[in-house]
Amino acid sequence: MTATTAPATPVSLHDCRDAWVTALIELAEADDRIVAVVNDSVGSSKLAPFQERFPERLVNVGIAEQDMVGVGAGLANGGKVPFVSAAACFLTARAMEQIKVDAAYSQHHMVLIGQSPGMAYGELGPTHHSIEDLAWLRSIPGLTVIVPTDPTETAQAVRWAAGAGSPVFIRVSRMGVPDVMPEGYRFEPGRAVQLREGNDVTVVATGTAVARALAAANLLEAQGASARVLAMPTIKPLDGESLLAAAEETAGIVTVEEALTSGLGGAVAEYLSTRRPTLLRFVGVPDTFAPTGPVEWLLDHFSISAEGITSAAREILDRR
Amino acid sequence: MTTTEDLVPHVDAQAVPHDTLTVLGRVPADATREQAVAHLVEAARLVRRRDIEMVRAAGLGHIGGEFSVIDVLVTLYLQAMNVSPGQLDDPERDRFILSKGHAAAALYTTLAMAGFLEPSQLETFMQPQSQLNGHPARTKIAAVEASTGPLGHGLPIAVGTAFAGKLDGSARRTFVVVGDGELQEGSNWEALMTAGNHRLSHLCVVVDRNRLQQGARVADTNDLEPLADKLAAFGLEVVEVDGHDHGALLDVFANVPAASGKPTAVIAHTMKGHPISFMSDNVAWHHKVPSADQVAQALSELEQS
Repeated sequence: MTATTAPATPVSLHDCRDAWVTALIELAEADDRIVAVVNDSVGSSKLAPFQERFPERLVNVGIAEQDMVGVGAGLANGGKVPFVSAAACFLTARAMEQIKVDAAYSQHHMVLIGQSPGMAYGELGPTHHSIEDLAWLRSIPGLTVIVPTDPTETAQAVRWAAGAGSPVFIRVSRMGVPDVMPEGYRFEPGRAVQLREGNDVTVVATGTAVARALAAANLLEAQGASARVLAMPTIKPLDGESLLAAAEETAGIVTVEEALTSGLGGAVAEYLSTRRPTLLRFVGVPDTFAPTGPVEWLLDHFSISAEGITSAAREILDRR
Repeated sequence: MTTTEDLVPHVDAQAVPHDTLTVLGRVPADATREQAVAHLVEAARLVRRRDIEMVRAAGLGHIGGEFSVIDVLVTLYLQAMNVSPGQLDDPERDRFILSKGHAAAALYTTLAMAGFLEPSQLETFMQPQSQLNGHPARTKIAAVEASTGPLGHGLPIAVGTAFAGKLDGSARRTFVVVGDGELQEGSNWEALMTAGNHRLSHLCVVVDRNRLQQGARVADTNDLEPLADKLAAFGLEVVEVDGHDHGALLDVFANVPAASGKPTAVIAHTMKGHPISFMSDNVAWHHKVPSADQVAQALSELEQS
C-alpha cells in the first residue's frame, strides 16, 4: 500500500447550472410571473426540464442577444419576472447597451444569468471566455452583480433575485465546484461570507476561486501563517465593511477571481485606496487573452490555484 | 465640420415667451368622427406650438423628427390607446414606447396634452435636474414605459411587453414608434423576427417614415426599400398611411389587432419638420434650434394651418 495525499473523503464537484434550474423551476411553480428568456441556449443553460414543465413560459428568441435582453425588459414591463439566460460571453458583450439601458438605467426587475462564465469554455478560446464581465458590469450603475460560490449559493442567489425588484446579474459556474457554503446558509446581497478566521493575511475570493482560496489557506497554515478567507459573492454592491475590517486586522489582502483582475480586484482596490490604503495582490487573469487549454489548466496557468494564491499571500506576509 | 448653423444659440429659458399649453385631453367618448378628427388636429397644432417653444428655450432638441411624429402621438394618446393618467398601474393598460427617443419633446408635450404631465413641467425641459431629459426615462416619468434614446431598443422591449400580454391572454395592445433611419439598427430585425414568428397580434409597430436621418436621406445612407415587402416577409400585417392624416391614423389603429393574427406594421408616411415651410423635408432640421425669427414664423404658420 502506498501513501496517498488524497483526502479521506473524495470531494465531489458540482455544475452550478443544476442548482440554478432546480431553483428556477421551484420559483416558477409558486409564481406564474416567472419566465425564462434564451438565445437558443436551452441546452447550455440546462433549461430542458423547465421547458418541459412550462413550455409556454420559455421565450426563445434565437441567436439574437440584443433582442433577448430587450424582450426581457419588455416582459418585465408586462408584469413578468424574466430570467434571461445565455452564455455569459455573449450575454454581456453582445447586449451590453441593452444591459445598460433596458435593464439598469430603466431599473426593470429582470435577472440576467451569465452561464459558463470565466474560462469555462477553456479550449474554445477567448471568444467564448467571459473574463471581462465583472469589470464591465460593475461599472454600470444600478445593477447588482453576483458571483455565487457553489450550488447552495447559486440557488440562494436565484431565489433572492426573483424578489429583488431591480436588475440583477448572476454568474452561474459550469466548471465543477465543491460544496463550500455551510448548511443553512442564506445569501445576503452585498455581504461577504467569512469562511475561515485568520489574522495574518486575508484572501478575498469570488465564485470558482473560493475553493482554491480555502486550499491556499491550508498551505499557508502549514507554513505557520493564518489566512482569513472571505467569499465575496456580490461584486456590486461590495461589502466594504468586511474589507475595512480585513485591512485593519491583517497585513493585506489577496483578491482571487476567474476573471480579469479589474473585476473583483479592481473593485477592492478602488474601495480601499481612498478609505484605508492597504497592501494588495491580485490573482486572476492579467491584461491578456488566455492561451488554448482546458479550464483547470488555464486556472493553474494564471496562478488561480492554491499555490498561486499562497505565493501572492507570501508577498504580503514577507513585506510585513 | 462645424458650421454656424450647428451652433446652439444661447437662450435664457425664462426669456422665451410661451403660452401655457391648453390641455384638451382625450377625445370625448361621444364625439363623432368629424369632431374627433377636429380635436386631434387642434391638439397636434397646440403640441407643435409648445414643442418649438421648448426647443428654442432649451437651445436643444430634435424638432424635425418631433414634427414628423406628433400627429401619430396625439392620435394614439388622445383617442386610439386605452390608457389614461389614472391607469398607469393597471396591468391591462395599452403600452406605448417611443423608440426614437430623441423626439422626447414631442412625447412630453403630448403627455401633457393628455394629462399625464403638468403643463408647467414642460418649462423644465432639459434644465438641470429636470425629469424631462433629452431622451425619455422610465425612472423619471411614470407614463414613460421604457427608457429610450440609443436607437434599436424600443422595438425589442415592445415585443417583450406584447409577449407578456399574450402569455396573460390579455386584450391590451403595445404600440411602438420607430424612426425609419432607426431601422438600420439590426436589433429591430431580430425583434421583428420574434414578433412575426410568435404572431404577436397585439403589437403595432409604427414606422415614422420621414425618409430623412440625421445626416442625409435614408435612401442615400443605407436604403430600407422595399420596406413594406421586408416587413411583410418578416410576418407582419403591413399598412401604409399618411402619418399626418388623423382620421386615417384612427382607422389604422382601430384595426389592431389585425384579423390575420399577425402583428401590425404601420408605415406612416410623414415629413420631417411638417408642416413648417422652411423645415419640412429639410435634412438641416434634424436637431437645429430655431432662431427667434424662425420661431415667430413657425408659430405664424401653425396659426394659419
